[in-house]
Amino acid sequence: MLDDFFVRALLAGVGVALVTGPLGCFIVWRRLAYFGDTLSHAALLGVALALLFEVNITLAVFVISAIVSLALMLMQRQRTLPGDTLLGLLAHSTLALGLVVLAFMTWVRVDLMGFLFGDILAVTTLDVAVIWIGGAVVLAALVAIWKPLFAGTVNQELAIAEGLPYERANFAFMLLMAAVIAISMKIVGVLLITAMLLIPAATARRFATGPEQMAVLAAVIGAASVVLGLFGSLQWDTPSGPSIVVAAMGLFALNLLPIVRFRRPLDKGASK
Amino acid sequence: MLKHALPLVSLDNAGIHRDGRWLVRGVSLTVEPGEIVTLIGPNGSGKSTTAKMVLNLLKPDEGACTLRPGLVVSYVPQKVSIDWTLPLSVGRFMHLTGAVGKAQAAQAMELTGVRHLADAEVRNLSGGEFQRVLLARAIARKPDFMVLDEPVQGVDYMGEIALYDLIGRIRDELQCGVLLISHDLHVVMAATDRVICLNGHVCCSGTPTAVAEHAEYKALFGARAASTLAVYQHHHDHTHLADGRVRHADGTITDHCHPDDGHHHPETTQDDQDGGDTHAR
Repeated sequence: MLDDFFVRALLAGVGVALVTGPLGCFIVWRRLAYFGDTLSHAALLGVALALLFEVNITLAVFVISAIVSLALMLMQRQRTLPGDTLLGLLAHSTLALGLVVLAFMTWVRVDLMGFLFGDILAVTTLDVAVIWIGGAVVLAALVAIWKPLFAGTVNQELAIAEGLPYERANFAFMLLMAAVIAISMKIVGVLLITAMLLIPAATARRFATGPEQMAVLAAVIGAASVVLGLFGSLQWDTPSGPSIVVAAMGLFALNLLPIVRFRRPLDKGASK
Repeated sequence: MLKHALPLVSLDNAGIHRDGRWLVRGVSLTVEPGEIVTLIGPNGSGKSTTAKMVLNLLKPDEGACTLRPGLVVSYVPQKVSIDWTLPLSVGRFMHLTGAVGKAQAAQAMELTGVRHLADAEVRNLSGGEFQRVLLARAIARKPDFMVLDEPVQGVDYMGEIALYDLIGRIRDELQCGVLLISHDLHVVMAATDRVICLNGHVCCSGTPTAVAEHAEYKALFGARAASTLAVYQHHHDHTHLADGRVRHADGTITDHCHPDDGHHHPETTQDDQDGGDTHAR
């Protein structure tokens, strides 16, 4: 029989995957892979500050991630440095800053590994509730901004010229990303969050016939990765966070096999 | 009907300043409902910049831009590159920025000749096909105001004329205002109500004929450009469709044009090489 902690882990993991899948699609479409990385690196600074000021870790991570996204948005507008340079700069300086702050607090002994790779087996009922309620809010917000956000992802000028509130949608998207980093950090850890955003979405891309289907598919594939990964980790006594990512990777690899190439529905119409 | 006193859009002495120079300055223009206004000018003369001001994509650094509130605007940008990671079919693209009925979308795609591509992925389209899709999307929104930045780039010559013709018909049907940017002086000049010739500033504006006569226009484009225009000032009573058939003034469609049709003069113009009287307008 399943132990209670395992059920909680399953619930928490699936809850996170249902959110990271659709958001991850935007990460793929907008080429923001390193943006996810940057936010998750910055999350460590959030953890350090939370310990320093003794506030809620999830909240602190959300605030720091949001600040970093805003800083990024503003710096990108200035157009003095290319985007990837800015991302690298912010990612590593916040990570380093986080580690320095942690080192200063000699009275705190932190399990750094727990934050880097997550500890899904230690989630509490409260964590599960936070993940599901927070996740539902994030998904509802994503649905609300879907049209302007997607239109602007296809072409920013087109969206704005035709009267869609793209700037606002983009700002909301940044906050949603920060929220997702904050609630999923405990599950897979800061180093592997980007994997949960990217890999399910990348797998879904092959089969998707439209953006909305891709988002749903990514959520389903992400949830499947969590279930497979957790059972695998139980079976072979492997670390749970990395096992989930390995499972996601496995599904992606499956999708590369030629056997699965049974349909390429959309390409047909365009062949001339 | 007070609101009809206002133009759809007006620029008042507007200019954009970037990196120490004025990209364009002192532009005043208005577009009224049912009017086609064409911006012409050499590369870097500020045509696209002006269009972006009109669309509120760029805020003028001096002067003002007023867009009538509540307008349905359609935009065909000069350059759209669709990231290949996007699973986006033509059908989905048609209602990208707002709800468009299925029938409406199909009709617009029919008009621009891309109905058969409805299920194709946008990233697999050729340049000309994509332009037609962009135009179809713009039309399907039933706009009050369209901004078309080089809408027929990459479209074959026959198609180009048919599309300009279509833009004119859509204008008639929807009574929408159109701001058109184009390099194809000879075709566009005839299809338009008002021409504004830009070269960092408005160097001249008026009816196509008036602009063609203007000394600054001749200085910019040469006397030859002005004389090509003259050819297209004739009234034609038939139109050559994209598929080679001919539509006459009374609405009938035949496989070829009749010998007694108006202004059928393949012997004089350069259009000979392009297969006869493709100049139809």
